[in-house]
Amino acid sequence: MGEEVKLFRGWSSPYALRIVWALKLKGVQYETIYEEVSNKSRALIEYNPIHKKVPVLVHNGKPIAESLVILEYVDEIWKQPPLLPQDPHRRAMDRFWAKFGDEKVLPSIWEAFKKQGKEQEEALSIAMENLKFLEEELKGKKLFGGEEIGLVDIALGWLANLVSVFEEIIGLQLMPEEKFPHLFAWMQVFADIPVIKESWPPRDKMVAKFQALREVHLSKEAQND
Amino acid sequence: MADEVVLLDFWASIFGMRVRIALAEKGIKYENKEEDLWNKSPFLLQMNPIHKKIPVLIHNGKPICESLIIVQYIDEVWHDRAPLLPSDPYQRAQARFWADFIDKKIYDSGRKVWTTKGEEQEAGKKEFLDSLKTLEAELGDKPYFGGDSFGFVDIALVGFYSRFHAYETFGNFSVEAECPKLIAWAKRCMEKESVSKSLPDRKTVYEFFAQRRKKFGVE
Repeated sequence: MGEEVKLFRGWSSPYALRIVWALKLKGVQYETIYEEVSNKSRALIEYNPIHKKVPVLVHNGKPIAESLVILEYVDEIWKQPPLLPQDPHRRAMDRFWAKFGDEKVLPSIWEAFKKQGKEQEEALSIAMENLKFLEEELKGKKLFGGEEIGLVDIALGWLANLVSVFEEIIGLQLMPEEKFPHLFAWMQVFADIPVIKESWPPRDKMVAKFQALREVHLSKEAQND
Repeated sequence: MADEVVLLDFWASIFGMRVRIALAEKGIKYENKEEDLWNKSPFLLQMNPIHKKIPVLIHNGKPICESLIIVQYIDEVWHDRAPLLPSDPYQRAQARFWADFIDKKIYDSGRKVWTTKGEEQEAGKKEFLDSLKTLEAELGDKPYFGGDSFGFVDIALVGFYSRFHAYETFGNFSVEAECPKLIAWAKRCMEKESVSKSLPDRKTVYEFFAQRRKKFGVE
């Protein structure tokens, strides 16, 4: 019987991209359904009634939500190439870094992006503290997964796209090469992987979208003053 | 060579409870080191330099942080007994989803109930109860979230039961009135020694939070 794999996603979401990368790396055939945040399909709400968010993977009719949960599921069903190592301690460390990326790195970079002035300076300082931990972790490694791409590379891969988009918009460096040589090198290696390279959303659309989002946030802040 | 297992913990932490329960389920002998969260030991800061938090499991000298990651680690290392996660990948994904839901919804809303008052507390109460109701619906008529056996999601949630009495008193509500099936589930879990020995007494928890509330200026 054929496998039926559907991915509900937004066009720009870094979370959805993770699933795209994992499925492509493993050579899984799948159908993409693009969702609009402001006009969610009935199917999406049925498949993810709790959070009503993308991405959602539907495998032979059964839905899985939350990108890191989906990634582990994909890795367990389609085993080659593996994203997580076999060793339990290394697996725990990979899960730790993926979680750190989502709970600390991403929000802190987002804060630095949407603020300005002194608040932005403070947010930037926090973001760089978080990036320092990643920089340390990369020492002696080509990728977070070692020689091959792994769960942590996929979980943090959004950095290789969004950081330059954000830097272009705010005119500040979030991740200067002198301070983060390993992260900088990792971004080049990661972005050069064919599956990754071919999957980026259109850059001009990304810049336009996030520019608009930043303006909305700044005007909200102005109203609150 | 015998395994050396150490747990850096804090008696009232629901995250610490998760690890205690998992270790007890697997019958693992370990040393429990109680931390003073207001005076963290250099050892804790060395073992968890990024978050500086408990719980930390140290297995043969190697630290593992983040309670749900620790529970999965325990399940994978001691895989020959008392499985905590389902064997089916889809069921495993569902278990991880619900554990993530608990982490995102229950802790913060519960915290609002005991650290605030007035409108903010009411908002916290509503979110807390709404989230519990969602979990109760997910439980359905099953004895445990994992089905017939106690497992990952049960472990993720049950520690909060030790705080219900405190939340109910501060917030003036009853979890049992709103979610009777969930309380029945909690009592069923408490019949297991791994759970009852891992949860602190609810009165002690209440007194601890009552003291802390004074520091927040809400008493």
